Amino acid sequence: MIRIIAAFFIAFFMLVLPVSAQSSFQDVAQSHFPNIKRGSVKTAPPVIADIQSYGGDVASRFLQNWQSKNIWYRKSDERLVTVQQLENKSYRLFDLETEQAIGEAAKSDIKQVKPNSGLRGLLGSALVASQLISDDLSVRKASLDSLTRNPKPNHLEPLRTAIAKEKNADLKSRMSRLERLLTMQFDTNTQVRVKAIESFTDDLGLDVRARLNPMLNATLKVSQTEPTDQNMARIITPSETGELPIDKAYSMIVSQGWAPASVSKDAKQKALVEHIQESKVGGILVSDLNTLANRETAYTKLADAGLALQNVSEVQIQEALSKVYFYEVYTEQSPEVVKAAKTTLDSINKKVAFSQAIDLFLDGLSLASIFFLAAIGLAITFGVMRVINMAHGEFIMMGAYTGYVVQQFVTNYTLSIIIAIPAAFMVTFAAGVAMERLVIRHLYHRPLETLLATFGVSIALQQLAKNIFGTQARPLTSPDWLGGAWEINDVISISWIRVAIFGLSILFFLMLWFTLNKTRLGLETRAVTQNPRMAASMGINPDKINMLTFGLGSGIAGIAGIAIGLFAKVTSELGSDYIVQSFMTVVVGGVGNIWGTFAGATMIGFLQKGIEWFNPSNTLAAQTFMIIFIIIFIQFRPRGIIALKGRAAGD
Amino acid sequence: MNGPLTKFLLNHPSVLAFLSALALFTVFVTIGSEAFGYGFVSTSFVKTLGKTLCFCLIAIAMDLVWGYCGILSLGHFAFFGLGGYMIGMWLMYERTRLIVVEATQNAQIPMTNQEIQDAIGTQIFGVVGGSEFPAIWIFSHSLWIQLALVVLVPGLLALVFGWLAFRSRVTGVYLSILTQAMTLALALYLFQNDSGLRGNNGLSGLQNLPNLEETPQSVISMWFFWASALALGLGYLIVKLIVESKLGNVIRGIRDDEARVRFLGYNVEIYKLFVFTLTAVIAAIAGALYYPQAGIINPAEIAPIASIYLAVWVAIGGRGRLYGAVIGAAVVSLLSSWFTGGQAPDISLGFYTVKWVDWWLVLLGISFVAVTLYAPKGIGGLFDKFSKGDNQ
Repeated sequence: MIRIIAAFFIAFFMLVLPVSAQSSFQDVAQSHFPNIKRGSVKTAPPVIADIQSYGGDVASRFLQNWQSKNIWYRKSDERLVTVQQLENKSYRLFDLETEQAIGEAAKSDIKQVKPNSGLRGLLGSALVASQLISDDLSVRKASLDSLTRNPKPNHLEPLRTAIAKEKNADLKSRMSRLERLLTMQFDTNTQVRVKAIESFTDDLGLDVRARLNPMLNATLKVSQTEPTDQNMARIITPSETGELPIDKAYSMIVSQGWAPASVSKDAKQKALVEHIQESKVGGILVSDLNTLANRETAYTKLADAGLALQNVSEVQIQEALSKVYFYEVYTEQSPEVVKAAKTTLDSINKKVAFSQAIDLFLDGLSLASIFFLAAIGLAITFGVMRVINMAHGEFIMMGAYTGYVVQQFVTNYTLSIIIAIPAAFMVTFAAGVAMERLVIRHLYHRPLETLLATFGVSIALQQLAKNIFGTQARPLTSPDWLGGAWEINDVISISWIRVAIFGLSILFFLMLWFTLNKTRLGLETRAVTQNPRMAASMGINPDKINMLTFGLGSGIAGIAGIAIGLFAKVTSELGSDYIVQSFMTVVVGGVGNIWGTFAGATMIGFLQKGIEWFNPSNTLAAQTFMIIFIIIFIQFRPRGIIALKGRAAGD
Repeated sequence: MNGPLTKFLLNHPSVLAFLSALALFTVFVTIGSEAFGYGFVSTSFVKTLGKTLCFCLIAIAMDLVWGYCGILSLGHFAFFGLGGYMIGMWLMYERTRLIVVEATQNAQIPMTNQEIQDAIGTQIFGVVGGSEFPAIWIFSHSLWIQLALVVLVPGLLALVFGWLAFRSRVTGVYLSILTQAMTLALALYLFQNDSGLRGNNGLSGLQNLPNLEETPQSVISMWFFWASALALGLGYLIVKLIVESKLGNVIRGIRDDEARVRFLGYNVEIYKLFVFTLTAVIAAIAGALYYPQAGIINPAEIAPIASIYLAVWVAIGGRGRLYGAVIGAAVVSLLSSWFTGGQAPDISLGFYTVKWVDWWLVLLGISFVAVTLYAPKGIGGLFDKFSKGDNQ
């Protein structure tokens, strides 16, 4: 008896122990082997639940491997493993739990577990669920990121569970936004969806619009009775120039079987070719078939003779079209959702348009400040001294190359920019003074020839730069703190470099205004500009003033070169790209004062961006129209926006 | 007609000298050509010479507008290019049409006119993703209308632009910048693919004349050479007639003191407009002769830099004397193509080898500054000693 009891006990323990002890993950997985091997959406959920309840890395690792078809089993003992292919075409096997190699096997000895796509989806959402409530913040973040990229309807439930548990406020708000996005797209309850849609009224995010827009997709349908579908978007009348061309509309009727097919042009031509007899078709000479009318006559004869399909006439097509209705039906089933999506989208679009206007304004402002920077040096040499400096663009280029050279020696970008700005000023100041002494001084009475001489300098400098630095573009790297953009909302953003350029141009404006109006040098410059002889008799040395003024204008061009080089590549043609616009800026603004350049740059910058806005794909056209506008503008204000009055205005 | 002209030529021996020199040059090149002579002047060099003659013609126009009238136009290559585009449209259309017709000759059913049109359109505009003929090609089937447009389109542009500019008394450097803006605007416009003139691909294959596939290029190049020489001679004579007449005196007066001429009762704007438009037309004719020899025209040709080089030629040659413009254009453009073509021998300095391809523009720039500073009369100024009283 005791023996029997003992045997019973032993048998009992042998049965129970492996299960109750939960000794290893391998055993848990192994216990579901049949359902893993041939998993289906029906049988898998309890298996997944069991594995998840085991918990830990090993569980989610297994689910991941299962999903990505990385689980195999050994045919001999049905042991589940992961594998790695070896060079000799055999496989090394790894334990599920310890990830230790447990042996090698030939391809024929093992078999891959291949879950179908339905099951893989199920595994995916199970994984998401477990990752979203992971203890590790970075895992939660990563899983939310991947979810945001590729959301599926079955992610909704795990997401909602996770939100309830989430402690991190930032992550929680991101989760709840995604939850609303998924709700409005995938939830089964119409009221819940409408509510979710309405919650996005103030959201300018691209993802919201990307999900709302498809809700308003509609499919084209045709019916013989007046359509009464309550989800109908609108009725469309086919017309030759409209969105539904006659041909397409008629072919829809034909495909419904409500009208005979019309004969296509190619088919007609083929029929004509097939029935050429003694260089005649339907009684018409082949050589006369070079008009559509003759071809039509010939084909009709063929059709009447029964040699080809009867053609459908225009009148018949019109008649067939008048009998049916073309209309669009929303693919979205629920009218309430459609209505909510429409109103929300309208409201979003209004706000987006407003933001875009602000963005356009900022773009214009940034372009204006670039033009201002490029032109301000010219405003001094051309505006104040009446000297045309065609090499101004090359001074801008020299400044940019100075920045590049400095960066070759000073690798800290912040420091190198700080060094480069005064360096560029000095280099171009020296170049400007040299040019004034050597060339321009001799030509003050011949302004047109200054233009030519400085042009000679310009081509020589450009070619020199090409010889020294080569033709390929050189980078002028901005420091990290100038990288990226200032994003005000999803629509409005402006790169920090442009903000810095805007700041720089304002600074220049103030500095120059101060120099010209409040300092001795400025006073003397203005005196020499207005009447050099009188200034000379007052004890001012006009030669020195001219030299300094020209140097100042050129030096500023050098600093502008650094600013422009930061966002455009530095090439030998950098300056010539800006020279015409710079002259325009000065001429439009009004020669002879800095306010004029300011006004000119503002006008040209905003104008160009404005024209680009009408035709965004085409910046070339924008520039063309801008120049034409300027030519016309000069008609009405030949002396620019801000014109000098009195004697100073004389040529 | 013969009487006064003979008298004019006798009074101005330099014209006779120029025309005879041009005629001699033409005869010399003809004798040397591959098609009609001994073949020591290659066909490609005949083309280069023919193109240079076209440059000389536009330089004469530039000299009239700048050297005599004082308007420094930095946009005359826009007219040159437009002239080229106008003739190029016919050349391209007609040749493509012939190709299309030949390709479809064996079709079982003859094509309708519309189908031929569509096929030509696809051939020409396929490269810019179109197949429809833009409205500006409406006359491209007719040589005569396009020839008229060679003169009319640039002439009209110059007339409208000049009227706007002169009316509001834009003068001096402002006008120079405005003309530069005009040519930049035109170039930028033509760079677009939907401008109707094939964007930056431009018009190509212009050296092949329709219906003359059998004629070798050596013969065609001589025809264009003769035409260019004839146009240059006529252009020189006409411009000389103008500058030596009473009209020429007024024009020179405007250059020297515009306000005084106005106070004397002359309508300065009309005179300037006349000169500006006439020179634009001469430039356009030069362009229409140039581009069939060059074979291709694209918007880069009318970028502002081209027109500035034109001013460089005239300044180096010497302003206010027509032969100066011709010499400047010929010398500088031929030297440029010689130096940048890689034919000029490099100079070795031991530590550095001067490659002319790299250094020619530097030299040109510096010599240009030097000419402006020290020899404002240019190369032509050297001749002043020999022909006193004939000029200026």
